[in-house]
Amino acid sequence: MFENVASLFLFWPESVLVLGLCLLLVVDLVARGASRALAATITLATLAAVVVATIVTAGRAGGLFGAMVARDPYADFFKYLFALCSAVIAVTALRSKDAIDYTRRDADAGEFYALVLGITLGMNLMAAATDLVMAYMSLELVSLLSYVLSGFRRRDLKSSEAALKYAIYGGVASGVMLYGMSLLYGLAGSTSLTGLRTAIGAAGASPIGFVAVAMVMTGFGYKVAAVPFHMWCPDVYEGAPTPVTAFLSVGPKAAGFALLIRFVMGVAPDLGPTGYAAGSYFAAFLGVMAILTMTVGNLVAIAQSNLKRLLAYSSIAHAGYLLMGVTTGTQAGVQAVMFYLAIYLVMNVGAFLVVIAIAEAGLGETLEDYRALGYRAPFAAVVMGIFLFSLTGIPPMAGFIGKFYLFAAVLEKGGPFYVILAIVGVVNSAISLYYYARVLKAMYLEQPAAGAARVTLAPLHAWSLGVLAVVTVVLGLYWAPLISFIGRALGGWGNPATAVAAVWR
Amino acid sequence: MVFAPLIGILILLLVPKGYEHLIKWIALAAAAVPAVIALYLYVHYDRAAHGLQFVQHFVWVRGFNIEFFFGADGVSVSMLILTALVSLVAVGASWGINKHLKGYFAMFLLLEIGMMGVFAALDFFLFYVFWEVMLLPMYFLIGIWGGPRKEYAAIKFFLYTLAGSVLMLLAIIALYYTSVPTLLADGTPAQHTFDLLKLSAPQNVAAFGGAPLLLGVKFTHLIWIALFIGFAIKIPMFPFHTWLPDAHVEAPTAISVILAGVLLKMGTYGIMRINFPILPEATRWAATAMAVFGVINILYGAFCAMAQKDLKKLVAYSSVSHMGYCLLGMAAFTQTGMTGAMFQMFNHGTITSMLFILVGVIYDRAHTRGVDEFGGLASKMPVYAAFFSFAFMASLGLPGLSGFISEILVFLGAFPIFKVMVVLSATGVIITAGYHLWTIQRIHLGQFDDQKWGAGAHYPLVGNDINTREILTLVPLAVIVLILGFYPNPMLQLIETGMGDLVRAVQEGAGAATLALLP
Repeated sequence: MFENVASLFLFWPESVLVLGLCLLLVVDLVARGASRALAATITLATLAAVVVATIVTAGRAGGLFGAMVARDPYADFFKYLFALCSAVIAVTALRSKDAIDYTRRDADAGEFYALVLGITLGMNLMAAATDLVMAYMSLELVSLLSYVLSGFRRRDLKSSEAALKYAIYGGVASGVMLYGMSLLYGLAGSTSLTGLRTAIGAAGASPIGFVAVAMVMTGFGYKVAAVPFHMWCPDVYEGAPTPVTAFLSVGPKAAGFALLIRFVMGVAPDLGPTGYAAGSYFAAFLGVMAILTMTVGNLVAIAQSNLKRLLAYSSIAHAGYLLMGVTTGTQAGVQAVMFYLAIYLVMNVGAFLVVIAIAEAGLGETLEDYRALGYRAPFAAVVMGIFLFSLTGIPPMAGFIGKFYLFAAVLEKGGPFYVILAIVGVVNSAISLYYYARVLKAMYLEQPAAGAARVTLAPLHAWSLGVLAVVTVVLGLYWAPLISFIGRALGGWGNPATAVAAVWR
Repeated sequence: MVFAPLIGILILLLVPKGYEHLIKWIALAAAAVPAVIALYLYVHYDRAAHGLQFVQHFVWVRGFNIEFFFGADGVSVSMLILTALVSLVAVGASWGINKHLKGYFAMFLLLEIGMMGVFAALDFFLFYVFWEVMLLPMYFLIGIWGGPRKEYAAIKFFLYTLAGSVLMLLAIIALYYTSVPTLLADGTPAQHTFDLLKLSAPQNVAAFGGAPLLLGVKFTHLIWIALFIGFAIKIPMFPFHTWLPDAHVEAPTAISVILAGVLLKMGTYGIMRINFPILPEATRWAATAMAVFGVINILYGAFCAMAQKDLKKLVAYSSVSHMGYCLLGMAAFTQTGMTGAMFQMFNHGTITSMLFILVGVIYDRAHTRGVDEFGGLASKMPVYAAFFSFAFMASLGLPGLSGFISEILVFLGAFPIFKVMVVLSATGVIITAGYHLWTIQRIHLGQFDDQKWGAGAHYPLVGNDINTREILTLVPLAVIVLILGFYPNPMLQLIETGMGDLVRAVQEGAGAATLALLP
């Protein structure tokens, strides 16, 4: 554990973020509304500096600021992930009327990018939090800024509705989570995650411990949009500007999982080196949540005709697959979750980017608008096909490898419960094909409506899509560097300074 | 051999849109390369050798001990040759496609890569990857270039096969984690393995047999069922066969040829390659059930075919019926039975390809496939009638053509074990002959409807006989069927050694227990 002042050195990435954020706000003020290009440049420079700072200060792990925040390779992996996510969104929003209406003078570009940087800061803190208070604060930071971002199109009814729903739901969920945290504090006597498991264990089979943990899980479940805390997700994803949706579907979800895993590892009873003991109630709770999330997400997605809503339910389903990995409680499970999050970033942002690009070219967001897109915008359709097949989990795309690792982790754990979990998982994968194929059917199998013209994408979007598609396919064939990087990142789990001490020692 | 069509795809993508003819010829060349290699394979394959030949083996993903392991042995070499041949013929049959040619042939070549890879792969993960890679192009090929209900047929095929495949994935992972430590291709030790050959080794078989119960059922039995369902959907076995009539009818001619000629064989190939050697004890446990389903396939398929009014659907159901013979032969575990099953797979591939090409010929001209709508075609389209009769005779198992040999081998091999079922299947032969001859009679004999199909009609059939290109696609298959009917040794020699090894693996692996005999 490091002293406050000494901690600052290891806190460089977040400090850089804060500095960049302040710089952006000042520039925005001084220039009376910074242009998109300027704001984006500052944002990207900041994110690059964050990555550099993380790399430079990596290697010395420990608790910072009195064990409030941890600096370990696990959090570093997520920091890279968040920086990448924010960078992609920063680039995308440059050419998206949805987010920053560049046809208007008061386009609020500076504020948009400042919010993105702020959420990145919150996500970094979420991944590193080892204290209940810190967890709540970082989660709220991300949530509050997300509410504002989803309502960014001030004059649009749907956007405002999305923001309001998000705020109300998030407020209630956070409140419940805070109450659960206060109960945990009462049981443990301190807010640090390190001592929680012994404290809850010492409280015996006390129902209070169970209730408290369930309440805290409500908050985390809301953040990752797990069933039954997912109701906000479709409406918010549909109403928010699409770049914001793309961002929300990956960044805060990954941050939620990072925090969830740390919390669960620190708190769960009967968790040993080989994962949960057989018959563990906690594992059953997580498993049931995973099953519900996968199933509800996939089944309701079948009925959707708005592409953003369809992708929203699909992201709920993917949260279910990820929860499956968390349920194992093994190192392989967490490794699979992290691997899948990295791949999920690429394919989900890619899919939303296609929606953004098509919307920017003048079409709408429903399946009817996507009719015969295979012939009107061949590149976009091919790329969308790659992302959709990857999301389904079909080789040779990266999504298959991610799902493979998840199922492998679940089956490696073994035992009847996990086998059933795996079976539900694969059946859901097959079900998900139906609604992904509906998009493909609209794009390729249907005839164009009379007078349908060719659709040209903006060069920025076309290039970004190309890069993401190539990464998706390449990762499907050669993923060894990524998985070994994650394996090394998890090597720091045994460090007693971090909250998840000695789980797998 | 597996990746040669990839170069074809890359060349195709470079060709600009207008040069339709060039595209077709490039695709033909790309499909011809594996065919030439298949010829080389046929000539240089050592008939008497046990084990693998033409092996390529190196490590791909170290973290999960996945290897890049290709090879050919008695089980797969005939299938590789069949795939190359049928693909080449199918490209010839695709000459009539006129929209989005580049996409069509790109998808087609991708499909060929997948098919070759499935038959050549000897690493379970690699096998699965190629298995899934096939689904993607099939969806597009059926869905874009198909008939009136193509979207329905395409998604039904995709969903059905994917559902089976994901069960297979779980079984693959479960087998992996239960396997014993071994060495990888470059000598490094591995905790578990995906290598199909090592998985069938006695140590692993023993490990699987001794694995703890899974969901209350014996591990091997559960895995066997999971794998079997995945393969059974492909065969297609009753009751997982309902995707077949739709997919076959709606697919364009060449795709139906590939679907029936090659894809159906993958189900039985998978059972032979994976279920039999790795889980021999469970295979013997399920043998009777397999035989029963085989007989149901034969009889149910035959009766359904008899009732069809659409010629293509009739041929599709006859495929269901013929694959039932394979199942029956496989369930017997005798050298004769298994050889018959494998040979039937090859023969059915060649014969059914011919049948679908012939259906395509008449559909291209008449734009209808109703069996009752024709009549007396033999008088006006004699060459077509000749080929048609030849193919249908081969399909019903006329002695002198290859179908007879394989069916007789299956019966001979299965009779000692499953007396009643073989008798039932033999009656299936009668029904098969029934609907085949009846179809020939309805279409080719009788009165020619001059008004409907005469010289002045909307779709004249007079003077519109089968043309040279179509004859060229039929002749290689017909010649093979004819030769193998009189002299099956060329193919049987390829198969026998491998089948002998397989039979021994099943019988030894399961111990000395005798099979249950039905009364």
